Amino acid sequence: MKYMLLIYSAGTDAAAAADAPSFEDWAVYDKAVRDAGVWVSGEALADLVTATTVRVGPEGDRTVTDGPFAETREVLGGYYVIDVPDLDVALDWAARCPGSRGGGAITVRPVAEFEA
Amino acid sequence: MEERAAGSATPAESTVEAMFREERGRLLASLVRRFGDLDLAEEVASEAIEAALLHWPAEGVPPKPGAWLMTTARRKAVDRLRRDRAYAARLAVLQVEADRAGPVPPAGADGDLPDERLQLFFTCAHPALSAEDRGALTLRCLAGLTTPEVARAFLVPVETMAKRIVRAKKKIREARIPFRVPGADELPERLPGVLQVIYSIFTEGYAASAGPDLQRIDLAEEAVRLGRILRRLMPAEREAAGLLGLMLLVHARRDARIGPEGGLVLLDDQDRGRWDRTMIQEGGDLVLAALTGGPPGPYGVQAAIAALHDEAADVATTDWPQIVALYDVLLALAPSPVVALNRAVAVAMRDGPEAGLALLDGLSGEPRLRGHHPYPAARADLLSRLGRFPEAAAAYREALGLAGTEPERAYLRRRLDAAEASGTDGAAGA
Repeated sequence: MKYMLLIYSAGTDAAAAADAPSFEDWAVYDKAVRDAGVWVSGEALADLVTATTVRVGPEGDRTVTDGPFAETREVLGGYYVIDVPDLDVALDWAARCPGSRGGGAITVRPVAEFEA
Repeated sequence: MEERAAGSATPAESTVEAMFREERGRLLASLVRRFGDLDLAEEVASEAIEAALLHWPAEGVPPKPGAWLMTTARRKAVDRLRRDRAYAARLAVLQVEADRAGPVPPAGADGDLPDERLQLFFTCAHPALSAEDRGALTLRCLAGLTTPEVARAFLVPVETMAKRIVRAKKKIREARIPFRVPGADELPERLPGVLQVIYSIFTEGYAASAGPDLQRIDLAEEAVRLGRILRRLMPAEREAAGLLGLMLLVHARRDARIGPEGGLVLLDDQDRGRWDRTMIQEGGDLVLAALTGGPPGPYGVQAAIAALHDEAADVATTDWPQIVALYDVLLALAPSPVVALNRAVAVAMRDGPEAGLALLDGLSGEPRLRGHHPYPAARADLLSRLGRFPEAAAAYREALGLAGTEPERAYLRRRLDAAEASGTDGAAGA
């Protein structure tokens, strides 16, 4: 069963940044996910200041806005999709992810399955 | 007539009822293990029990009732899966993964069904479910309560509870929360969650057991029953013994807690002759089991504190130094301002109200005690004992502004009236 691990960082909070995971932490985790054969996909997202939001109204009118900028403290910074037997295994991988530390959090969501 | 207090049902009714409550959980656990689906398991478990109610009175109870129910339920499940191929295909996938999860436990000592309820306890208490859902599911799946009974137990409309249970089961199914007992390495992290669910059911029942609603399911009784099942399933877990011991030692005072007019009677004023000595004995034995053979856990220590109260002839001869020492152990194991509050009250009994009050005042900044009515109530009590009646009255008013159940409020109003009367007398006498 596929689960998406949504990695939320604690924003640019100075206190949280002090014990933020290092590049090496991420490299070690990424290798572990791939070596275990559970990796399906995953990306890190570029800085939030580069984000742009698009909305299309009922008349087909397109609104493009800069942002969103973090109104809440947590910012989506990347994701993994892993294929594991059940939620407990997915939660274990989430707990091992460097993004779960230093004020960050991982939301684990099953990927919807549609009958073929 | 839905009340389930002892003596309210005829013996035959209560035997059948008790038997199926107990049997339903075992059956459900085995079916979940086999089919990996809680909804299907519940459906065919109910059908098998209905079949038993139909056949057994006429044909007699089979020699292995559990195995009979299981065979009947499995047959009904197979029928259901034959009718619904898509459902069957999905379950087949689940089953392959369940088989990979581990071996099936051996048959129970009676040669009937193996007891597979432990995995269901861990699923129902899974941390990925909300705290409310954990209690509701545990009552539904393991205590064998119907959804309307669970709703009445938590004082919510049946429809609300039905929705909540459906949502929780959907999460188990679709997020695939596994039906398994955590391995030895995970157990220290997961077992407290199971114990907490049972204890929350108990305290929920206890807090409202003096309430006016006689229709309410006796949650404390249900929690004790669940505690007994867990104790049997995990005989080596000392905290399972500690939890059952704690519940029995508190529940032993149930009759003395309620005064002649239905009012709440606190420990100090209870008629200790009305305490259930058999239950205290059983609880005391469990305390020994919980505290022997290793460092104690929080439930074992709380049970030991309850045992000291239960063994004392009255408040004055209670072993307060020992109770304070146990609270010190508990604070080290599980630091909490609520435990610190209880310790302060015990210190007041050991060293006098002034010492207790100083400790309580030291807790005034604790966010968890803000809005917690026992805190101002405890301060009010110590202030009254020190003769500081106007301050006591103010603290009782504060507690009254926060207290939940009507019996608790009635008790606080009586104490407030007494403090106000004493304050006035004091002023008049001066």
